[in-house]
Amino acid sequence: MSSKSLIGTVNKKGQKIVDPEYLFNEAPRERFFMTGSEVVKEAIRRASVDISVSYPITPQSEAAALVGELWVEGYVGDYFRGENEFAVMSECAGASFGGARVFTTTSGPGTLRAYENFPMWVGSRLPIMINFMVRGVNSPLSIQPDTLEIGLVIDTGMLIWHAETAQEFYDYLLKGFLVAEEPDVHLPIAICIDGFFVSHTKDDVMITPIDMAIPPYDPYRSPVPCMDMEVPPVRMMRDPFVMKSNYISYATQASWQQETRAACERSRKHTVRLLGGLIEEDRSDAEILIVSSGTALAQGREAARILAKEGIRVGTVKIKTIRPFPTEEIRQATKNARLIFVPEFNVVGWMAREIKACIPDNHRVIAGPHVAGGMTLPPEVIVDEIKKVLAKNKEAIHG
Amino acid sequence: MRRRINLRMSGLGGQGVVTSAHVLATAASKDGKFAISNPFFGAEKRMAPAESYVRIGDEKIYDRGELVYPDVIMIFHPTVITMGKCYTMPFYDGIKKGGLVIINSDKPLPILEENLKFLEDQEVPIFYVAATPMAVEVAGTELATNMAMLGALMGATDLVTMESMEASIRDRFGKKYVASGGTATLDEAIKKKFAKKEQLLEKNMATVRKVYDLGADWIKTVKSPVLV
Repeated sequence: MSSKSLIGTVNKKGQKIVDPEYLFNEAPRERFFMTGSEVVKEAIRRASVDISVSYPITPQSEAAALVGELWVEGYVGDYFRGENEFAVMSECAGASFGGARVFTTTSGPGTLRAYENFPMWVGSRLPIMINFMVRGVNSPLSIQPDTLEIGLVIDTGMLIWHAETAQEFYDYLLKGFLVAEEPDVHLPIAICIDGFFVSHTKDDVMITPIDMAIPPYDPYRSPVPCMDMEVPPVRMMRDPFVMKSNYISYATQASWQQETRAACERSRKHTVRLLGGLIEEDRSDAEILIVSSGTALAQGREAARILAKEGIRVGTVKIKTIRPFPTEEIRQATKNARLIFVPEFNVVGWMAREIKACIPDNHRVIAGPHVAGGMTLPPEVIVDEIKKVLAKNKEAIHG
Repeated sequence: MRRRINLRMSGLGGQGVVTSAHVLATAASKDGKFAISNPFFGAEKRMAPAESYVRIGDEKIYDRGELVYPDVIMIFHPTVITMGKCYTMPFYDGIKKGGLVIINSDKPLPILEENLKFLEDQEVPIFYVAATPMAVEVAGTELATNMAMLGALMGATDLVTMESMEASIRDRFGKKYVASGGTATLDEAIKKKFAKKEQLLEKNMATVRKVYDLGADWIKTVKSPVLV
């Protein structure tokens, strides 16, 4: 039975299972003013989630507790608190192997503690959704937003989307399941938001009706058998090829790793259909561009607004999906730009690195400004950086 | 009124600094304005520094996070200034010209002459309001200090309407609200003080209204234009 065949039926909470295209494009929406944590509750309420496992860590604890409320209300099939984040992610894997739609949340140190599981989810083709409410992972300790955490998971093989606002967050949580569960993708998906800036911030969100839900996960659409001990991917875990130095083991490593990366790339077409593109451009024909993701881009929008009042035209390019990385889209969007500023909330500037690696003439990329460890990035700081570089360039040209 | 008003609220954990930011932003949203509110704190414990920020405007607001250049600063506890229990030193750092400072204190604080001079040059008046005594007097609990502070702000600026404030307070306290452990404990504490939820809402609103009048009277005494 395909999950589509459930469209039109009613679930145990009396929610009508609707065609996702209808839900996203046509269903009426009501405006709410709520925090990102509350957004999680409302999205997951409508997401036909079978199980969620949680463990407390700031800033995602409220969201995790709210998903627990959903379980009490009967909207989520099962819910429990794991022993720690490593256990949580392993338990998520077990549930997903068993054919369940799985949702979990974590932050910062929790993400790192659980890390080993993420590439394992990928290799096992488990379409688990994890919400990273990102925060500092460094010492000195910080619970404040810092996107280094995203930079550390970008090469695990998961799909990684970064929401800028509460509204995007709501939509990504619902749409993410659909892309991740496509048979030609079937990979875990990380929906990232900046801790506090989105999780604890009250913002306007347009919410779909409470009595409508997306179709449940259909494990029979999985490209790999669920939980069959004798065939990949479970067979690979039961009886690791790495133990046998033979041709088959090498071939399997090479082909399977390439296949999971290819699966990530194949998510593009589904993502474009649901998100309207992997990037979002605003006046990207400008000579000066701000390119980034999440709150860093939001701060960039405010900076562009300030500069516009002073007669300096600045465009923005928002990166919605960090994996797959919108390489071709960024090349196109930045082709006329003279200066490309990449503001970031982390100390290393990994986003600037990513952009530099994919465009020609990458001396155009200015990695910054960036702040770290929970520092704020006021639009005025971005404005100053842009003016400083412009003044220096003028000097260089006019002597 | 300016097209965008940025507010920074500094206080101590347990005073309702985060709650008042959310309540104010929700009220502004109900008034049909664009609003965003977010908190900033370290370890969540009573008496530790806590800040929150509200941005209200007539166009979509992208900016979020710690507020460096506020139009309005609200100080919920004197020790924010006198003992530096604050993320920002000095407390008024970044205040915009023609802004406003509201301090919860029944008497002027020993602020350095040079700091006062700076605020004067920036045409930023200080409104001292005895928010905690007013909360105790009207609501019978110092936990309503944040309501008194909101009343003071509204009286001095009319930033949000009384109708929306009432609806917002009803949203926050009138129904089940899932929050962090510390906030949940305080929610329980304040609910226990009142026999009925309706009483809690009434007392909160009475506090807002009473202090609103003080704010409205005070702003008449200010000579320089505020938030214009």
